[in-house]
Order: sequence, then structure tokens, then C-alpha cells
Amino acid sequence: MKIVVIGAGPAGLAAARAALDANQRVVLLDAADDLGGQYWRHLPSSRPSSNEAVLHHQWTNFVELRARLEDDPLCEVVTSAHVWAIDRAGIHVLVGPPDGPDRERRTYPTDAVVVATGAHDRVLPVPGWELPGVYSAGGAQALAKGDRVAVGERVLVAGSGPFLLPVALSLANSTSTVVGVVEASRARRVASSWAARPWELVGARTKVAEAGSYAREFARHRIPYVMGRAVTAIHGAECVESVTIAAVDSSWAPIVGTEYSLAVDAVCLGHGFTPRLELAIALGCQLNDRRFVAIDEGQRTSVVGVYAAGEITGVGGADLALVEGTIAGHLAAGGRLDDEVLGQARRHRATWRRFAARLDVAHAIGERWSQWLTPETTICRCEDVTYQQLRTVARVTDSSGLRSLKLTSRAGLGICQGRTCGRTIESLLGAWSNEGGLIDGVTTDRRPIAVPVRLGELRVDSRDAATD
Amino acid sequence: MTAHSVDPEKDPIRPGSTNVVTIVVDGASVTGVRGQTLAGVLLSAGYVSWRGTSRGDRPRGLFCGIGVCFDCVAVVNGLSDVRVCQRRADDGDVVTFQSDHPDSSVEEQSSDAP
Ligand SMILES: Cc1cc2nc3c(=O)[nH]c(=O)nc-3n(C[C@H](O)[C@H](O)[C@H](O)COP(=O)(O)OP(=O)(O)OC[C@H]3O[C@@H](n4cnc5c(N)ncnc54)[C@H](O)[C@@H]3O)c2cc1C
Ligand code: FES
Repeated sequence: MKIVVIGAGPAGLAAARAALDANQRVVLLDAADDLGGQYWRHLPSSRPSSNEAVLHHQWTNFVELRARLEDDPLCEVVTSAHVWAIDRAGIHVLVGPPDGPDRERRTYPTDAVVVATGAHDRVLPVPGWELPGVYSAGGAQALAKGDRVAVGERVLVAGSGPFLLPVALSLANSTSTVVGVVEASRARRVASSWAARPWELVGARTKVAEAGSYAREFARHRIPYVMGRAVTAIHGAECVESVTIAAVDSSWAPIVGTEYSLAVDAVCLGHGFTPRLELAIALGCQLNDRRFVAIDEGQRTSVVGVYAAGEITGVGGADLALVEGTIAGHLAAGGRLDDEVLGQARRHRATWRRFAARLDVAHAIGERWSQWLTPETTICRCEDVTYQQLRTVARVTDSSGLRSLKLTSRAGLGICQGRTCGRTIESLLGAWSNEGGLIDGVTTDRRPIAVPVRLGELRVDSRDAATD
Repeated sequence: MTAHSVDPEKDPIRPGSTNVVTIVVDGASVTGVRGQTLAGVLLSAGYVSWRGTSRGDRPRGLFCGIGVCFDCVAVVNGLSDVRVCQRRADDGDVVTFQSDHPDSSVEEQSSDAP
């Protein structure tokens, strides 16, 4: 048996190691040309940094993990491996440069699979967010870590959640001036979610220390951190020039009269994360009511032989992804949940999950965020669909469901297949449906083709390398 | 100036040797640092957008940075719809701005992206 691990972020790397520790053969697939996922994104081997740890927690942990996998003859590491579809015939992969051409076709079996495809930023629309110079927080982070490119000279980081902190610090460590970090959740809400049941946080001491180190670093770089505020508009002719910031109430509705503006040349927005579910869905895995892959204590999905770990099972950071990966890999390799080697991973998982649950409550998207939208605000970036157009279509078609709304307005039908705006459209439609519409149970998560493929690459005579 | 490459001399992470990579952007020769993505090279060279959207021909550049949003697609070496945030720059790569607007006259090899 071969265990196929999809995704080489913290979860996938840990899963591969655990399966190798149990003496199983592993194939590790990732679309990137290097290991590490979003968390451990780093300069390429052609330009190695001698002090990478400045931008990373646990960098030495990664270096050891990577060496362990690359040195093990039982482990086949395939980078630049784009998993584009999964069906009865297997896991279909194109190996080569992103978006082709002439990639090598491979197929891997689905008997034992660990899905660890992670998540991407969720960015709520804001008037002006389609201007060049507006980035997702993760995008700015990826450029800083992978390219050593700073997105601007005077940068504002805004949205919600603890992820804004490492992004701001990376920018500060990339010669940008971070003019502020604007967190929409209010201080009282964050404090109360932390103060409740403090005994549950015993074991998460490293996180408390991490918070302390952010406080010190923010002071050193003089980065202002404000809570209970949001960017409610972004302005500029060709490119970002300034932002409007307003105080928001606990539901994130802007409070009239509190607006002020700030001159910036780049804005980084992040309001949480959306799991990358399409491959898990293609495998037949059920989702839970929070719209992540449903798993049991053993990281088993609803499909026999398929395990899931990391951010596709819930957003909890790299530490949780690592221990989930360890448990998934061990079980995929035939191990048992009560095996002694998993003792520590299971204890840590419980700690990090409690930790994640608090962050979820503290930074959840406020239900009235859409009050900062204007009729002209772009909702679907691919198809240039505005808030007003969407609203009109919803009214005219009696907003009977997501499918008709999408087909009539074209929102969510562009080249990104609704990855960027899908959840936003669902949330807007859900809010409008109180006014008479209905939701048809259709969601934007299903995408049978996970990454674009060129027709030429599917020719029968194209370089086909079926793997057992 | 907005986006820029971090000056290697001032970079706290002390990157290794910085070799130049040269690409062609809409006919102009543009240099970046070997190992950077095409998007990284474009941004450091002062380009903030390189695509027009299909309906309004609105400018788009890099947004998600991880291959998810498709805002950053351009024509690379004659092939359209290449996510330049995902592609490392290679010497001689030819990047052409891509307009998806029907009125645009940009000639490009069409792709079969969904
Ligand atoms: C852009 C970005 C930057 C982030 N930076 C940080 C940070 O600096 N600090 C921090 O604490 N947290 C960061 N996070 C949060 C981060 O996602 C998690 O903490 C952690 O990386 C999750 O680990 P994971 O293993 O679940 O997924 P990931 O690390 O996301 O790994 C998933 C892997 O799956 C691969 N993949 C997905 N789909 C396919 C496919 N179809 N074919 C082949 N491979 C595929 C991806 O290429 C990726 O390498 C970031 C998130 C994002 C989106
Ligand atoms: S910037 Fe989103 S795909 Fe490249």
C-alpha cells in the first residue's frame, strides 16, 4: 500500500512523517515547487537565507521535517504536482510549471489518502477593494516570505484575527512602514473570550509567549494596533492612495460619524480563512455544519481510507495542523488511535482546538458587516458584479437560490470559480432571504476541476505516466 | 513607488547571493531577482496591474498571492491565463498584459481554463 498525502504544509508534512515512522510507503504531492505550505513559505534554494527564522516560528522544526522526508527512500516527494481532479480512476496530477504547458500526467490510487490542502484568505468586499494595491493579507505574506517583495511603503493591515499580526511583522521586517493594524472585533469581545475558563488554556503557554513577543515587536516597530474598527472604503485613481477607517459596533456595522482617513499605498485585508475543499469533496468526503471536512477523533473522513488534517478541518494554526497531520498519517498507515506514540499529539490537539475555538468566537465575522458596502461596490472581482447588480438580480428573480442568482448575475462564475466571492454571495443571499427569498442548498464549494488544465495536456498521446 | 524588492543589504533575513533574472514585459526588458515569481518581478519593477477583466476591462494585478483568485493571470510565453504569482521568473520569459474584455484586440493563444 502507498499512502498519498495531498498538500505539503504543516499538516501534510507531519502526516507523511507519521506514515513513514510506521514503515509505510508515502507519496507526498504539492503544487508548489518546494515544501512548507503557506506557513513555511521561504526563499527558494537558489537563494537560501541564512536567517530565515526572522520570518518563521519553528523554522528548525521545518528543516528537520523536510530532511526526514527527502532522505527516506520510502517517501516519494513530488513537487510542482497539481492535483486537478479525483474520480474513480484515481488522483489525477499534472507535474510541471503552474498552468502548463506540457506537464506530465500521473494518476495515483485512492486507497489511502490524507487530504491536507489548507485554506486561503477570506476577504470581505469593501468599496475600492478591487483597486491595484489592495492585497489579501496572505498574499502580502506570501510575497514577503517567498519573494522578499514588500507590497508598499506605507501599508495598512486590516480585517480580523490573529493572522494579521505575523503579516504586519513580516512587512515591517521587509522595510515597509506599517501604518496600523485595524482589527474589527472589539476589545471587550476578544478579552471576554480569553478570560472565560482560563484553565482550558493550560498547555497553550507557548501561545501566550507568542502573544507577548508580538506585543514587544509591535512596540519596537511602532505599529499601532486598534480594535473595533474597520476599513470601510479604499480610495485612489489608478491605485490605492488612502483608506477610510470607521469604528464598528459588535456586529461590525460602521458607526456614523467616527470615520477618519489615512494615506497609504497598499492595503492588506484578511477576515479569516476559507478551506480549500474541492479535492475532499471530489473524494466524496462529507462536510460538517461549519463547512469544513467532517472528521472523527482519528481524523477519518466519511470515506473509508480517506483522512483529513490541517486547516481543511477547521482553522487553528500551524500547531494544530501539525498534530492533526501526525494522527492522520499514523492511522492512514494502519496505526491505532490509542497507540502510545499518539499520546502527546492527542493531548496537544485538544489544547490547540480549545485555543482555536476561542479565536473563532473572538474574531468571527460580524453579521452586519455588509453595511459598509455601497451600491457600486464590486462583489465578484472576476465578473465585475456590483452589490447593486446582485441585489437587483436577487429581487427580480425572487432570489430563489444561489444557482439562479449566479447564472443571472454571473457572480461567482468567473475564472476563480467563486473561490474569492462565493461565501460572500452566500452570506448576502442568506441575509436577503429573510426578506422572502429561499436558499436552494447549493453552495460554491464544489469544483470538479480543481486547477485549470490545457486541452493539449489531456490528449491521449500526451506524456502519460500512470503510477500504480 | 509602492511595491518593492527588499534591499538585500538591509534585509534582516540575510538572503543568499542575488542574481539577476531578465524578462520581457510588454516589449520592455525588466530585471528582477532570480528565484522571484513573475508577479514579484512585475511588482518590484513598478507594475501594479497587468490584466483587464472580461466585463469592465478593469485593471487587476496580484491579490491572493497563492494561486486561488486568478486576478494575476497574464500571457506568458504566448500562453494566456498563466497565474504569474505561481510561476518563478526565468531568463527570457515574455509576459504580455492580458485583457479578457471582448473589445480588446490583444492576440493570444486561448486556453482551456474552466
Ligand atoms: C497565503 C497564506 C499565508 C499564511 N501565512 C501564515 C503565517 O505566516 N503564519 C501563520 O501562523 N499562519 C499563516 N497562514 C495560516 C496557515 O494556513 C496555517 O497556519 C497553516 O499553514 C495550515 O497548514 P495546512 O498544512 O493545513 O495547510 P497549508 O500550509 O495551506 O498547506 C496546504 C498545501 O496544499 C497544497 N495544495 C492545495 N491544493 C492543491 C492541489 N489541488 N494540488 C496540489 N497541492 C495543493 C498547497 O500548495 C499547500 O502547500 C497563512 C495562510 C495563507 C492562506
Ligand atoms: S494573485 Fe491570486 S492567483 Fe495569483
